[in-house]
Amino acid sequence: MQRKILSGNEAIARAAYEAGVNLAAGYPGTPSTEILEAMVQYKDEVYCEWSPNEKVAFEVAAGASLSAARCLVTMKHVGLNVAADPLMTLAYTGVVGGFVACVADDPGMHSSQNEQDTRHFARFAKVPLLEPADSQEAYDFMKLAMELSEKYHIPVILRSTTRISHSRGPVTLGERQASPNRIGFEKDPPRFVPVPVWGRKMRLKLEEKLQEMRVEVNSHPANRIEWRGTKLGIVTSGIAYQYVREVFPEASVLKIGWSFPFPDQLIREFCAGLEQVLVVEELEDILEEHIRALAINCIGKAVVPAIGELSSDVLKASRARLEGIEPSACQIPEPSEVSNLPARPPVLCAGCPHRAVFYALGRFDVIVTGDIGCYSLGTFDPLNRIDTILCMGGGVSMAHGMDRVGEPRKVVGIVGDSTFFHSGITGLLDIAYNRGGSTTIVLDNRTTAMTGHQCHPGTGTTLMGETSRAASIEAIGKACGIPNVATLDPYKMDECIATLKNAIESSEPWLIVSRAACPLHARKRLGPILSVDKERCIACGKCLNLGCPAIEGGDGKPRVNPLLCSGCGMCRQVCPVGAFIDGKGNCHD
Amino acid sequence: MTEQGVTSVVLVGVGGQGILLGSEIIAEAALLAGFEVKTNEVHGMAQRGGSVIAQIRYGREVFGPLVPEGSAQVLASLEKIEALRFYRFLAPDGVAVVSSQEIVPVTVSAGKASYPLDADQRLEKLFHRLLCVDALKVADDLGSPRSANVVILGALSGYLNLDKDIWEEALRLRVKPQFLEVNLRAFAAGRDLARTGPVK
Repeated sequence: MQRKILSGNEAIARAAYEAGVNLAAGYPGTPSTEILEAMVQYKDEVYCEWSPNEKVAFEVAAGASLSAARCLVTMKHVGLNVAADPLMTLAYTGVVGGFVACVADDPGMHSSQNEQDTRHFARFAKVPLLEPADSQEAYDFMKLAMELSEKYHIPVILRSTTRISHSRGPVTLGERQASPNRIGFEKDPPRFVPVPVWGRKMRLKLEEKLQEMRVEVNSHPANRIEWRGTKLGIVTSGIAYQYVREVFPEASVLKIGWSFPFPDQLIREFCAGLEQVLVVEELEDILEEHIRALAINCIGKAVVPAIGELSSDVLKASRARLEGIEPSACQIPEPSEVSNLPARPPVLCAGCPHRAVFYALGRFDVIVTGDIGCYSLGTFDPLNRIDTILCMGGGVSMAHGMDRVGEPRKVVGIVGDSTFFHSGITGLLDIAYNRGGSTTIVLDNRTTAMTGHQCHPGTGTTLMGETSRAASIEAIGKACGIPNVATLDPYKMDECIATLKNAIESSEPWLIVSRAACPLHARKRLGPILSVDKERCIACGKCLNLGCPAIEGGDGKPRVNPLLCSGCGMCRQVCPVGAFIDGKGNCHD
Repeated sequence: MTEQGVTSVVLVGVGGQGILLGSEIIAEAALLAGFEVKTNEVHGMAQRGGSVIAQIRYGREVFGPLVPEGSAQVLASLEKIEALRFYRFLAPDGVAVVSSQEIVPVTVSAGKASYPLDADQRLEKLFHRLLCVDALKVADDLGSPRSANVVILGALSGYLNLDKDIWEEALRLRVKPQFLEVNLRAFAAGRDLARTGPVK
């Protein structure tokens, strides 16, 4: 047996492969992205795709499952909001081939716009939920999820979190066991068509399945009691288990791996013999609330934070609170050597084509409704050119809403290329259909950049490495009925400003496609590395307004960091005195 | 070693400096040496030129992937002030291995903050055991400025209980063949600095 260091995401992919998965689909989203990226190494045996969005991925997998294929669908927590519609009813119809939705939460919001807890969705949709505590369990629970899904004919949620997905640890690997299912849909309308007459029966059937699971979950090895003493017992799940073991080494632990339906009998058995019960769960008080509903006295969110991620340091403070000590009393003051350090927030990369559009937008008195992606970094100083962010595709539709209620300023909606295909098209259609006047800018960098460069319907390539049809954003805009469609090269600053001016001064809706490949993805320099001619530089600071990480300012005149410079030449175009020179001493291209 | 016999390493720097590779190599070396190992790295938004941290823990039994404050045997930084930012992870008797490279954050370029002029003095005062390395110059001299991360890896390896052969095997497993040779040399150069360089 082979033992390898795998991230939680890699472990999930490997286990899905070994569990005989026939199809894996998803949409990229931190921290879930690397599952499908690892899955595609098995493309000879597993069909893999990046779908345009999570709802589509979910439905693709649902269809495949009804044809008896074993399926994995992956997404981040907010992706499940998009896929919630098919989830809620797939729970009713049930599945044929095993169906596992791996959903990765992001406690602490490392790379997300909210901190929602996917465990709510399991209870909401009435589907089983598994919560691994490390890479080995991510692997084990992926296989278990597939097994449970086929046993109960129900979709199963495998809930990961950032610290499971992106932590690495050793995993013992096995071999692929091909699925015994024969691919082929068997017509059975009362089973697969939830019109009311049959839907009502499905509703009852779902309750029956839950009732069966409520029995099994109490004796299942995914849930276990570790007896250490009777003074303090801790009920915990997921990564929180690891921190509990570090901070409360003497406590008995009920480690819940299969957490919905709740293992009531096991919880009662565990709590009966304890002087004190503590519930340690990351994010919401779902277990705590349920344990209280069982009329068991426990402590949870009174000492363990419900906001942000947990760690052993956080739990040390919880322990202090439990013991009646105010944790702040134990804090050591910060030494003066680390005071006033300059913040180092993430920034648009050197050479990023989005920078030019944000810089150009700075010339106009407009409202900019933004979107989810690298371009969210255009919010910060010095660019400071995004005013709102809500959700994928939201920038396009929100601009229309502002425009239609008579917002006095022009409204510009920003969306990325992958995000446009995900959920920007419907908003654009609305602008055309409902006679709007907002401008939509698609920042097309030819890839899904923020999550690490995945292909999408516009790139002409697929996850499996095939050449494909590349969807045209301009053609879609025209087909929707947008009368003015323009394409611009963001590296040409004058052209960029002129096109924006036309759109912003127009009363008609415009679609502008700013097209240039992400230089990080293309892995090639855009032009010569530049440096600042100190003689010519007048220290006006115009180049620093680009917010380019390769141009280092501070005291004195700016310098170019040659290790970071991509040679994009934007600084040359904003410098009024031609101080940016190339290796030959030239100040122009 | 801490109370549970776990060795913890924290590797910090700026997104794009190759922190992830460093973390993978340490984990691989620990596994080759027969330890349990857990690591954690930051992905996604924080990678784009922001402060980045990777955490590596190994020993007979390891629970969480996150290094508790004040418990790291080694805090290695690929950038000067990032060592200051993450100082709290280092154990009181731990070693700070710091690259002398300075990368100016955009907040400084935008005039909203300043890069501390006394960064060197701060490092010396804050860390009882400190090895400052001009990793970028060492890597540059080898003709591979991008290998500064591996120079630092070599330097930090001098303070961990893993054999040189194991480190080299881990490099072979994790570095692309076309870059292996120069990275083996970068590692050796860093390791020499730990042996001969001054640690207060």
